Amino acid sequence: MIINGVTIDATFAEAFPMKATRAIITAQNEKWAMISAQAMTGFATSVIACGCEAGIERVLDPSETPDGRPGVSIMIFAMGGKGLAKQLETRAGQCVLTSPTSALFAGIDGGTRIALGKNLRYFGDGFQVSKLIDGKRYWRIPVMDGEFLTEATTGQVEAVGGGNFLVLAESQPQALAACEAAIEEMRKIPNVIMPFPGGVVRSGSKVGSKYKSLGASTNDAFCPTLKGATKTDLSPEIESVMEIVIDGLTKEDIDKAMRVGIQAVCDLGAANGIKRISAGNYGGKLGPFHFHLQEIMA
Amino acid sequence: MSALTLTLKHRPDQRVDMSPLVPHLLEGLEPVQIAALELQTGKRKVRVDELFTISGSDIQTIVIKNSFSKLDFIGKELQGGSIKVEGDAGAYLGFGIKSGEIEVDGNSGLYTGCEMKKGFIKITGNAGDFLGGALPGNKMGMKGGTILVKGNVGERAGDHMRRGNILIEGNAGDYCGSRMTAGTIAVMGQTGRFLGYAMRRGTLLLWNQPQLSASFNDCGAHTLAFLPILFASFKKLNSKFADTSIAFNRVQRYAGDMSEIGRGEVLVKLG
Repeated sequence: MIINGVTIDATFAEAFPMKATRAIITAQNEKWAMISAQAMTGFATSVIACGCEAGIERVLDPSETPDGRPGVSIMIFAMGGKGLAKQLETRAGQCVLTSPTSALFAGIDGGTRIALGKNLRYFGDGFQVSKLIDGKRYWRIPVMDGEFLTEATTGQVEAVGGGNFLVLAESQPQALAACEAAIEEMRKIPNVIMPFPGGVVRSGSKVGSKYKSLGASTNDAFCPTLKGATKTDLSPEIESVMEIVIDGLTKEDIDKAMRVGIQAVCDLGAANGIKRISAGNYGGKLGPFHFHLQEIMA
Repeated sequence: MSALTLTLKHRPDQRVDMSPLVPHLLEGLEPVQIAALELQTGKRKVRVDELFTISGSDIQTIVIKNSFSKLDFIGKELQGGSIKVEGDAGAYLGFGIKSGEIEVDGNSGLYTGCEMKKGFIKITGNAGDFLGGALPGNKMGMKGGTILVKGNVGERAGDHMRRGNILIEGNAGDYCGSRMTAGTIAVMGQTGRFLGYAMRRGTLLLWNQPQLSASFNDCGAHTLAFLPILFASFKKLNSKFADTSIAFNRVQRYAGDMSEIGRGEVLVKLG
């Protein structure tokens, strides 16, 4: 399959089941909601070492938030429910409770309930106040700038992590420009996050390593500087490869995000140095969710 | 199927215990069986059809017509469905209600919503003393749900209240929110003396400056984020509380009762 001069490989991205949750951070203005959201989703690019994958889903209009203030919706993904709950609580406590004027609300009504501000209330040292409004429990925790309002729990749901595609370009600036264009479009799709810095990862990994202590190592088949030194997957003109990883609430959400992302890359086309779109998989052995690139773009 | 309608034929001299006439106790009964049920009035029992004309058969929707202030325990421990009272209701209206709705288009007596668990009670007129309170000697009053009173309420509204909302469009008598453990009481009108007497926790939300006891301390003026959420939850009510123009988030906060643990609050609208 070739779109605008870009070859779409007959391969698939392989993803695996994860647990996910969503929270809504509001503040006096969008600037401070975003600062808090960025802190909460920081150091959360990969479950390999961060404990979770997190990202900003979108900016919310005041009409969409529970307290009518500007807000940001964030999502956190982890391999298990217990780990997810721990990450959520730690991050909420250190990054939202601490952030001026912030308030924190559940972003998922159904699902298994996990603690959002339920245990943060103890920071109130007995001065915290509970309010049960329309069946939802809120905690008002006195803090130095006034009161931190948080919903007690949010929902945890089954989700999919690890959807991805690779952008193969003739130069590093062209690969980056294509990925930026893809991310801009993909951020318009609900229920997905691209957890890596700016949504783009340049250090895609393969399973295993020559070093026994490492479970993953650089994906040498896609490293352009190793074209002559390893069993490469790159043609001579490829000078740079970048990857976009997507976590989503459902397979369909990731499908949609991949479609608009790949389309944005293809719109730049061969004329802008984009040669191929490929994807990372482990031969179908790692995860039950397979995203076949050519089917998605058909 | 039309609502089960009980029209009072005459006003008995003695008070009447209406507690058998709730949907969950009438389930599976034919109209003749309902007519034969006995109600306690004074020291004797009378058949339902001796006091009421019965029409309709939908036991999930009960209408009591010509009601007056001696019909006690209407909707006792209601577990779903609705009861509409045309006229006044006696004492203990909605006692221990677990879910469902009760609406009174007149006044209600003492202990309305006493020890209520959940559900909704609406009084178009006035409500008596101990609204949403606990029985004498008990430590826990209303534990959930909402009581809306469009008129005024008597003394000790929300006595020993534990959870839920009491919304009063009119005035509240003395000792409003006394011995409250938690929950919210909102009063649009005036409040009486000894507001929040011995309250431990909970919120008294007021539109007018009250006369506060010395055991309530001023915590200053604040903009509180939970108030817009609280007001938004009132939007579905057919009440002044649903009107967005009455909502506010800027309040003067008083903490008390300091003679108790002092974790309660009186929030008074500013501006």
